[in-house]
Amino acid sequence: MYQFSGKIKTFALTLMVVGALGIISGFLGTPSSVEEVKEQLHNAHSAHGAHAPKAAHVEEAHVEHHSDAHQTSHDTHAEAAHDAHAETAHQDAHEIVDHEDTHAAHVFHQLKNRPWAAFYVALFFFFGVTLLVLAFNAIQRAAQSGWSIVLFRVMEAISGNLLPVTIILLIFLLLGSAHVHHLFVWMAEGTVDPTSANYDAIIDGKSWWLNVPGWTIRSIVYIVGWNLYRHLSRKASIAQDEAGDLVNYYKNFKYAVAFLAFFLFTESMMSWDWIMSLDPHWFSTLFGWYVLATFMVSAVTVIAIVTVYLQSKGHLPFVNNSHIHDLAKFMFGFSIFWTYLWFSQFMLIWYADMPEETTYFVQRFEEYKLPFLAMIPMNFIFPILVLINSDYKRIPQFVIGAGVVVLLGHYIDVFIMIMPATVGESWSFGIPELSSILFFLGLFVYATFSSLAKAPLLAKGNPFLKESETFHY
Amino acid sequence: MSNKVIHALYNDDDILMDAVKKVKAAHHHIDEVFTPFPVHGLDKAMGLAPTKIAITSFLYGLTGLSFAIWMTNYMMIQDWPQDIGGKPNFSWFVNMPAFVPIMFELTVFFAAHLMVITFYMRSRIWPFKSAENPDVRTTDDHFLMEIAIHGNEEELTTLLNETGAVEINVIEKE
Repeated sequence: MYQFSGKIKTFALTLMVVGALGIISGFLGTPSSVEEVKEQLHNAHSAHGAHAPKAAHVEEAHVEHHSDAHQTSHDTHAEAAHDAHAETAHQDAHEIVDHEDTHAAHVFHQLKNRPWAAFYVALFFFFGVTLLVLAFNAIQRAAQSGWSIVLFRVMEAISGNLLPVTIILLIFLLLGSAHVHHLFVWMAEGTVDPTSANYDAIIDGKSWWLNVPGWTIRSIVYIVGWNLYRHLSRKASIAQDEAGDLVNYYKNFKYAVAFLAFFLFTESMMSWDWIMSLDPHWFSTLFGWYVLATFMVSAVTVIAIVTVYLQSKGHLPFVNNSHIHDLAKFMFGFSIFWTYLWFSQFMLIWYADMPEETTYFVQRFEEYKLPFLAMIPMNFIFPILVLINSDYKRIPQFVIGAGVVVLLGHYIDVFIMIMPATVGESWSFGIPELSSILFFLGLFVYATFSSLAKAPLLAKGNPFLKESETFHY
Repeated sequence: MSNKVIHALYNDDDILMDAVKKVKAAHHHIDEVFTPFPVHGLDKAMGLAPTKIAITSFLYGLTGLSFAIWMTNYMMIQDWPQDIGGKPNFSWFVNMPAFVPIMFELTVFFAAHLMVITFYMRSRIWPFKSAENPDVRTTDDHFLMEIAIHGNEEELTTLLNETGAVEINVIEKE
């Protein structure tokens, strides 16, 4: 049995407390009014426009000279022109002020969204990783694969994070449908009411799917379904340890098959509901797969990192470097798979060049250029080159090194899925974002290692255990 | 010096694997093993050097990638630029997304085909070559281990008999 040491517990709780404090300070740090935003924008603007007074001076001199020359002959005319000019100037100025007002209001909403969005990015990242570890485990069970059985308890422990993280997610989503936060713009008042000033024909056209009651019910169904499988599978897995027959083993096989059928539909649907609907005008038909690929590679990476950590502490004597090798192969393969889907989504939209589709990528290229393009080396080139060599896949340092870069890269991917639609150009990476990561990392560590301590580290009742223990490449 | 070799035939790959391990443990050099199908782990048991074909595959892939970049640039930018869907055709780089599938395919194509050709050449297999395997049964259901005899015929025969060989022949090789 693994002991959940006080050191790890303290570490996890510290991360959560520090994270929670940072999240709160992120909420307190948002501007309280549009005026405050205007002032900030004004300060930023005047720093840019330091040469403006000089230009005004030149113009003034010119006007003076002009009026002097024509003073006598065109006195009345000049006066009239001056009046007219003054009026348009006034109107222009008025329009500029109007524009500044709407711009400030826009930025104000973006800044108000920022702590929510920062929280959502980290929440969704850790939720997705946990869910896909559960799904990966289910795939192993449904395929009755032999190699991975010694890793089952590690995967089960990681999926112990599913319950806490999905509870937080559900609360977060319900806060959205209760209009506490406004990340989902399609939920706003009047978007489907033709008489409203806020009416949006495109959202109205999608309202048969994208409506608050349906969305809420679906969210609850997904979350309950996944947690139900995790509960049943874990129960049967522990019961199998001491069982003399294979009843629980077969039960687990059936649960896994049923879960995978449920999961592959709900995974796509949750990616439309919770991510793609942030941009309600835009859609991509391979979005569900793309989200799946992001979390699949992250999930395998997390399994590898936790396994290598436990192995280095001597808790997993039955795991050999061929198991690590297989996990690294999955990291390598799913990195390519992610790139394939990421690029497919981009290339089809780039090629067709239809305005309603390209806006999605135009915004990412204009406002998120660095993180958007950084994903190519982080999620593709680096893991490919590090893990392409067969021998390197068995060296823990290489697996950890590639894994950390892959996880950061896929955090950026989730960031780029969520931020442009919610925070837009007002994004940055600061205390709200970092604290949210720390909070969910702490939760992840706590949930994983506490559920690891609740069962033996070897699922010894599995009939194919011998195959896994003697597995070699 | 005579070119005498001993041929031991087996009818099961597990027995063959154990035999190879025993012969290696007795410090005899195994010249060759002929099998009807690839036997997992046989190369390690025989003490063969690890294959370098993965490295050649990587280099062939890079060759294919470079070839694809050169080819798309020559065809689509330099030699005959065409307006396809209004996409830029004056610069390779800004039109790069359109060429990625070609780059991918040619990388795979070069890596796969050149790797197969390398494997054939390294295994000394080419068209119209007469077969090297000494016994036609190794293409059906038998496994054959070939060991050179250096005046130790008796000792080897006893050893191979112990390993469960179904047939042992001593042959003069040309």
